[in-house]
Amino acid sequence: MDALTVDRLQFAFTVTFHYLFPQLTMGLALLILLLETQALRTGEERWERAARFWAKIFGINFAVGVVTGIPMEFQFGTNWAVFSKAAGGVIGQTLAMEGVFAFFLESSFLGLFLFGREKLGKKGHWFTALAMFLGSWLSGYFIVATDAWMQHPVGHAVGPGGAITLESFRGLLTNSWAIWQYLHTMVGAVITGCFALAAVGAWYVLVEREVAYGRMFVRVGVLVGVVASVVQLFPLGDIQGRMVADHQPPTLAAMEGLFRTGRGAPLAIVGQPDVARGELDNQLIVPRALSFLTYRRWEAEVKGLDAFPEQDWPDNIPLLYYSYHIMVGLGTLFIAILAWSAFSLWRGTLFESRASLWLLMLALPFPYIANTAGWLTAELGRQPWLIWGLMRTSQGASPTVSSGNGTFTLVGFMGLYFVLGVLFIFLVGREIAHGPGGEGETPAPSDELAGRQA
Amino acid sequence: METIWFWFVAFLLTVYVLLDGFDLGAGALHLVVARTDEERRSVLRSIGPVWDGNEVWLIAGGGTLYFAFPALYASSFSGFYLPLMLVLWLLVLRGISIEFRSHIENPVWAPFWDVVFAGASLLLALFLGAALGNVVRGVPLGEAGWFFVPLWTDFLVGPHPGVLDFYTLSVGLTALAALALHGALWLSHKTEAAVQERARGVAGRLWWAVVGGTLLITTLTWWVQPLVPRHLGERPWAWVFPALALFGLALVRRALGARRDLQGFLGSCAYLAGMLASAAIGLYPYVLPSVGPGPGLTVHTAAAARSGLAIGLAWWIPGMMLALAYVAFLYRRFRGKVSLEGEGY
Repeated sequence: MDALTVDRLQFAFTVTFHYLFPQLTMGLALLILLLETQALRTGEERWERAARFWAKIFGINFAVGVVTGIPMEFQFGTNWAVFSKAAGGVIGQTLAMEGVFAFFLESSFLGLFLFGREKLGKKGHWFTALAMFLGSWLSGYFIVATDAWMQHPVGHAVGPGGAITLESFRGLLTNSWAIWQYLHTMVGAVITGCFALAAVGAWYVLVEREVAYGRMFVRVGVLVGVVASVVQLFPLGDIQGRMVADHQPPTLAAMEGLFRTGRGAPLAIVGQPDVARGELDNQLIVPRALSFLTYRRWEAEVKGLDAFPEQDWPDNIPLLYYSYHIMVGLGTLFIAILAWSAFSLWRGTLFESRASLWLLMLALPFPYIANTAGWLTAELGRQPWLIWGLMRTSQGASPTVSSGNGTFTLVGFMGLYFVLGVLFIFLVGREIAHGPGGEGETPAPSDELAGRQA
Repeated sequence: METIWFWFVAFLLTVYVLLDGFDLGAGALHLVVARTDEERRSVLRSIGPVWDGNEVWLIAGGGTLYFAFPALYASSFSGFYLPLMLVLWLLVLRGISIEFRSHIENPVWAPFWDVVFAGASLLLALFLGAALGNVVRGVPLGEAGWFFVPLWTDFLVGPHPGVLDFYTLSVGLTALAALALHGALWLSHKTEAAVQERARGVAGRLWWAVVGGTLLITTLTWWVQPLVPRHLGERPWAWVFPALALFGLALVRRALGARRDLQGFLGSCAYLAGMLASAAIGLYPYVLPSVGPGPGLTVHTAAAARSGLAIGLAWWIPGMMLALAYVAFLYRRFRGKVSLEGEGY
């Protein structure tokens, strides 16, 4: 492997692993705030216990998110030095703002949020939950704004010698790409959080432990999730798609597997792109649907890959195409699962249907896959550009870091993150086994007897 | 404008060393000053609520360095590739050892993370010192402003230096002693009984190591990096920083004798801040000197465009005010001795 490939693989691996954690952090931050609000509003202990239970999982998840996040900020400099030197004056601003505005807030209140319930009282503790929500969601904005500038650079000027300088701070922060991508990302995180609640809840109901909490988690997860999953497709996904069509037309063509320009372009549901022949094999299509979705006219012309020079095509069209289709396919599936579950909840039959509970439980990996596939779509779609239209990925890597040094650290990250993943699953598994109501705290036989007699 | 940002970055990194320094130092002494599970938990509780926030100063320093001096960020992060990655891995291991240790009470689980925590803290303190040594010594910058240093070559200071040579190792060991002293003083201030007594004892011995190390690296620096004595000679007012460091050292000694733990900790803060500021003013306007063939990076050659730096001022100053308010709130809530009651580490 050449050094560039190693740099790309290492960034892709570390960021993909990292983002498994913040998506749950941000989703749970909102849901925990909801549970805490309920606890404060109703004064019922069960909401407080529910919030406390999820805060424990939040804490473990947050720790892994923090420790895998630090290497991300460093890698801009270690592996992408040419890019950093040219663009640091712009994207360094949003990255530094994340530290100054979000991380100080989060880190100052995390300890109180996790362990300060007794000391702070109910209202005080609610404020720490609010601080965690604000901190994590702010952090998300600065990171998405950074990525959005690379996708659709605005508010800058290119000086002599190629240095990119920031001219408009407002332009950088109110980049339309940043706003829509942020909303799409955050709702995606909420969907992960909702499936986490619903899956853990379904498990409790199915194994007949902590059943009351299980039902509560399923209810909250399904009800918030159904709204989030619908909004995610329309309007958010739709707007995001049309933004790609406006600003990155070759990316849209590659995502959709559209090789030839034409009027009334079809929407491919299934198919395998063969880039060499310029064909989509085994296709299942909806005629003219892509034209309609993109331009709201059935006969509109959509540019295919043939409209662009090959050097401007994304360099991994099949992976981009599959990532996009997996994301959209799973997103559609989420609406189906959650709408069905919400409907059953409304009819009062959800908890009698073991099949539905099994489905909710087994669905847990899919929001993670969908979020990952979404980011793969965004970042593979940006190729071959590192900064769209300004710098190619092949021009941005560090000139002095050899393939050997890069491979050494890539292997190191793989080993370390494997251990982290195992530890995370082990510790979260223990918390779930322990349960929110404390049924697992003391295996007291007297309680069990009392339960049976009742 | 560049000079303002130079001092802002120096401020962030100095606060980082003062704050994360005590939790690194406490970590390095973890196995020495705390023997039983209860004692070790009291060490962890003395840093538990703050260590994460302390590391944010490094992130904020890195981020500010990134947008204010992108050429320095790019050149040094890629040039120090391997040591930086090792530091990242140590930070990962250290972070999870603090957060995961107290989730399970088990005679195998907790001691394992204690060793990981202590080992990672110790190596980090050493590496941070060695990093400072590298910046002061300079690196073989090429004409285009890039370089790459291996972990070690012949351990000598010359045109082909490694990250570790006798000079940077001396700075690293001195930093380890100084941060361990800093941590011991923090522990004397925050803990009670056996841990406090051991921490005070260790601090008394470490003080002599810090004095010895300071003399050694000051002498070596005069010889390795002639910029430092030259700049200090040209700027008589800058002697206030070495004087602050000496005052801090003296204060630590006095406080140790009088058992005034907080005063000792503050003295150690003054020492660390004085040493770091002396290094900064000794190098300025250089931010990364060169041992050839190309020129060193200065605040002027490494800085971003003025327009961006001016924009940065508008949000950075109010942002840091806000951040200081959170941090002050956190430390205020956390004042006093740690107790082992309630939920926590």
